[in-house]
Amino acid sequence: MSPIAAIAKADGLAEHGATVASRDVTSGVLPLVVSKLVYRAGRHRLLDEISFTLRPNANTMLLGPNGAGKSLLLRLCHGLLEPERGSVRWGGESANRAHRWVSMVFQKPVLLRRSAAANIDYALAVKGVPRAARKQRVNMALADAGLEHLATRPARVLSGGEQQRLAIARAWASQPRVLLLDEPTSNLDPAATRAIETLIQSIRRAGARIIMSTHDLAQARRLGDEVLFMHKGRVLEHTPAGDFFERPRSAPARAFLRGDLLS
Amino acid sequence: MSEFYAALVTASHLILSLDPGLAEIVLLSLRVSLVAVGLAALIGMPLGAAIALYHFPGRSVLATLLSACMGLPPVVVGLVIYLLLSRSGPLGPLGLLFTPTAMIIAQCVLVTPIIAALTRQTITDLNEEYDEQFRAMGAGGLRKMRALLWDGRFSLVTAVLAGFGRASAEVGAVLIVGGNIDHVTRVMTTTIALETSKGNLALALALGLILIAISISVNAAAVSVRDVAYRRYR
Repeated sequence: MSPIAAIAKADGLAEHGATVASRDVTSGVLPLVVSKLVYRAGRHRLLDEISFTLRPNANTMLLGPNGAGKSLLLRLCHGLLEPERGSVRWGGESANRAHRWVSMVFQKPVLLRRSAAANIDYALAVKGVPRAARKQRVNMALADAGLEHLATRPARVLSGGEQQRLAIARAWASQPRVLLLDEPTSNLDPAATRAIETLIQSIRRAGARIIMSTHDLAQARRLGDEVLFMHKGRVLEHTPAGDFFERPRSAPARAFLRGDLLS
Repeated sequence: MSEFYAALVTASHLILSLDPGLAEIVLLSLRVSLVAVGLAALIGMPLGAAIALYHFPGRSVLATLLSACMGLPPVVVGLVIYLLLSRSGPLGPLGLLFTPTAMIIAQCVLVTPIIAALTRQTITDLNEEYDEQFRAMGAGGLRKMRALLWDGRFSLVTAVLAGFGRASAEVGAVLIVGGNIDHVTRVMTTTIALETSKGNLALALALGLILIAISISVNAAAVSVRDVAYRRYR
């Protein structure tokens, strides 16, 4: 039996409350092993021989200047794009087979033209959650995101921060082991950013593994346990967050931390 | 000019007194066109969405054909359906020729390509925005198609409206397959054509006014429903 199938069998869907006590539920789908990943657009190598392994129990911050390939890497990890060469393996499985345990939230999430609650309900229905179980799961996800009072509001008229929280709640409602977040707080004001960071922390405490890209260094310090630093389609550093911020090893990382504009 | 004026007075009188003959014609017209458009929407929307979303051999040919069929000449459609339904035709035993059902079939054939082609365009555009999100969620197949149709509902109202406009204004096809039989298959457009040629301008004008009023009010209602809904759901 595959590792993913094994956990699925071992702890079934129903017992995962959104705010259950902390425990390691990420072991089966992790480690994420990315090896020699190459992605090309025309003649440009946008990702160049990327290799790393992510183990359970750490929040990973994907850092790097614009165009480093952060969003692209997340999309490849979620199986939305096919690499030219190399592979992505989640606990030994392909990205598409790991879909049940990995959810992704885009920088600009697409919300459906229906209520906030119905957006979450739709995502659960897609994952095959039976109708009877959905209502409670929707309410839990809304509560986790602090959106109960907006449940019946059309999703597209919510504020930017509320929309992003709803998108995270929608991805989290199906109780994935891993959440991939692409710049979840870009273009948001500090209050909205704080609300999203709180939500991410509570999801982490509930046992999910967070892998997120951000351009906000202070945020990476607040949320990150380890850092993957990317520059020009390569991973230059993969170190504990403390080490990265205190003793960056590569010249581009030092320049990035100083606030220089990297070309 | 005085002839026009006299016709206008008689026409107003016919409308305001709710003349039973007039009402019968108006109601039959509405029934035929609404049923035809309803059926066309049931066929055309899934068809258009399927062409937008699924890759299959002949897809682009079908899409081109559909767009071309938006401008089918009604008299030719009427003629073909007449041949199919006529006593010696393949569908002759059904005995549908010169019935409202035959008119519904004819209008449905005219309107389905319009709704399907406009739906295809709407869903193609929407899918550009939604596709990656759906793939990330793992949504595909019918579930995705239904969600896209629902999210495109404001634009699809316009598609249905275009279909209704075509159906209610059309005269050639219903004249051929319906036969313009008094009390049976006489609708507004066929009556206008007949009465005008007979010189009975008052009745023709009264029907013309009603036809225009219906078309304007259906459009206005649909546009305002769409605007209110759009403001609510963005």
